[in-house]
Amino acid sequence: MERSLTKYFIKRFIFALITIIAIISLNFYLFRIMPGNPIILLYRSPELSASRIKILTEQFGLNKPLWEQYFIYVYNTLTGNWGISFYYKQPVFNVIIPAMINSLILLIPATFLSIILGIFTGIISAWKRGTRIDFAFLGTALAFYAMPTFWFGAILILLALYIGGIPISGMYTIGAYNSNPISQLIDLLSHLVLPLITLTLVYYGQFTIIMRNSLIDVFTEDYIVTAKAKGADEKWIIKKHAVPNAMLPMVSIIAINFGLVVTGAILTETIFSWPGVGLLIYDSIMARDYPVLQGTFLIVAITVVMANFIADIIYARLDPRIRYQ
Amino acid sequence: MNIVDFWRIFKRNKFGVGGLIIILIFLIMAIFAPFISPYNPNQTNPNLFLSKPSLNHPFGTNELGEDLLSLDIYGSRISLIVGFAAAAVSVILGLLIGIISGYMGGLIDEVLMRITDFFLVIPTLVLMIIIAAIIGPSLINVIFVIGLLSWPPTARMVRSMVLSIKEWPFIESAKASNAGRLYIMFVHVLPNVIPIVFANATLAIAGAIFSQASLVFLGVGDVTDISWGEILHYAVSSGALSAGDWWYVIPPGTFIVLLILGFVLLGYSFEEILNPRLRRV
Repeated sequence: MERSLTKYFIKRFIFALITIIAIISLNFYLFRIMPGNPIILLYRSPELSASRIKILTEQFGLNKPLWEQYFIYVYNTLTGNWGISFYYKQPVFNVIIPAMINSLILLIPATFLSIILGIFTGIISAWKRGTRIDFAFLGTALAFYAMPTFWFGAILILLALYIGGIPISGMYTIGAYNSNPISQLIDLLSHLVLPLITLTLVYYGQFTIIMRNSLIDVFTEDYIVTAKAKGADEKWIIKKHAVPNAMLPMVSIIAINFGLVVTGAILTETIFSWPGVGLLIYDSIMARDYPVLQGTFLIVAITVVMANFIADIIYARLDPRIRYQ
Repeated sequence: MNIVDFWRIFKRNKFGVGGLIIILIFLIMAIFAPFISPYNPNQTNPNLFLSKPSLNHPFGTNELGEDLLSLDIYGSRISLIVGFAAAAVSVILGLLIGIISGYMGGLIDEVLMRITDFFLVIPTLVLMIIIAAIIGPSLINVIFVIGLLSWPPTARMVRSMVLSIKEWPFIESAKASNAGRLYIMFVHVLPNVIPIVFANATLAIAGAIFSQASLVFLGVGDVTDISWGEILHYAVSSGALSAGDWWYVIPPGTFIVLLILGFVLLGYSFEEILNPRLRRV
């Protein structure tokens, strides 16, 4: 690794670290500065007995001074002690991790599909700039971009009910026991269809728009004019000269928008009852389960920061100019 | 570019004019809701449990027997109020932070930009949910939660514009005539960033409308206020969606889509006009 890249890496790493510390601190203060301190919140919860509250108060030092509570909180957070869920009466960490895995099963394929679809339609739109094809592709992209996730999901549910046979809720068929891992996988995939389509289509639009505009910007560069002047084939210019250069802004946009994809996932999961972090957030709001809410924010925020950090490093590897800024 | 030139170019932009028309229709709907809607939206009728669209109730009724057309018309009010108010909060905040950061430079810039990056990176909807859930979901709280968490993109954009503006000769001459920093920032720099910020405010409004609908849909926010997100929330929680009661779900969702689309189209046309490289030839 080159020296400039190492320096950049360290700089971004420190920023990621500070961000995570800030997230943990924010999470701590939010639940203490806001009206209703944690002890009152504990008492308000009908699920907890008085003796249980006493144990929790001791464990989290809620009767100690604020600065001491802060260090106890940071220590607990780092060691995976995220409190006890009011509703599930289990450690928050144990509630969140399985939900996180379910979310990733949906998020990872949806992210890849939406990026691929966005790049593909963006290239065509830029290539056919100003024509009806451009108008149609861009219009579709804008429409999906403006479309609230939950509404598109709802439309798909209505369609699925009309067609029949497509599961509209959950991750597995309730009550069905599949001893065979293959039929279990098929069951999972059939439940994945609708949420995956929703998340992919709602998120590809922004990539189309950015790819198109970035390509059009690149088209005015001197090296494209040179390539044209040399009589190179248009398709070849787009493939070899324009697209690789237009891809650079895409990388940073993908990183910045990762938080948005997570937002979309929360709404998608809620509407399809997909048992991920999003549905957990919804259920926790309904049950006033504050420890779980706090935990979900922590895990979602830290995941997004890590994804950003990785994207930053990839970007710097692809575009050396970034490292010297 | 003056306003007359702008309007001349804007008029020919199909996306922009379409967006503007959509927004105007919803504004009229919100202002004249009591005159347009056929029923009082809170008038319940136990005999009309989730009834299909009919001549008396063109959009059907919900599980309380309330007229959905009236609810959908009244729902435009909250979306527009929250959209404009929250966008105003976020644009003003982003403008201030961007100008101060860009013009002052140095440590102030560094600190402000790190804070901006922090809020850009973290998933704001989750933070909005948590804060709104804790401080209570009144309309004012929702406006401020959305406004106070969506300023970073504006701040970043304003800062980068200020960085180039402060190198212009007239700033130099203002400095030479001993103008104060605050004076230069708000009298000389501010007017030069306003047009682009104004153009981007449409996207801030679209974002705020989406955030409000999402929050209420997830059960955070004032569920007693009539809004499109609230109607969708009850469509799901009452089981009407899984029962396939399409008339409950499609209109409020379509209205949200159209209104957001209106602002996005308008913003996109502004961007095309202000960035000559994107302008259609």
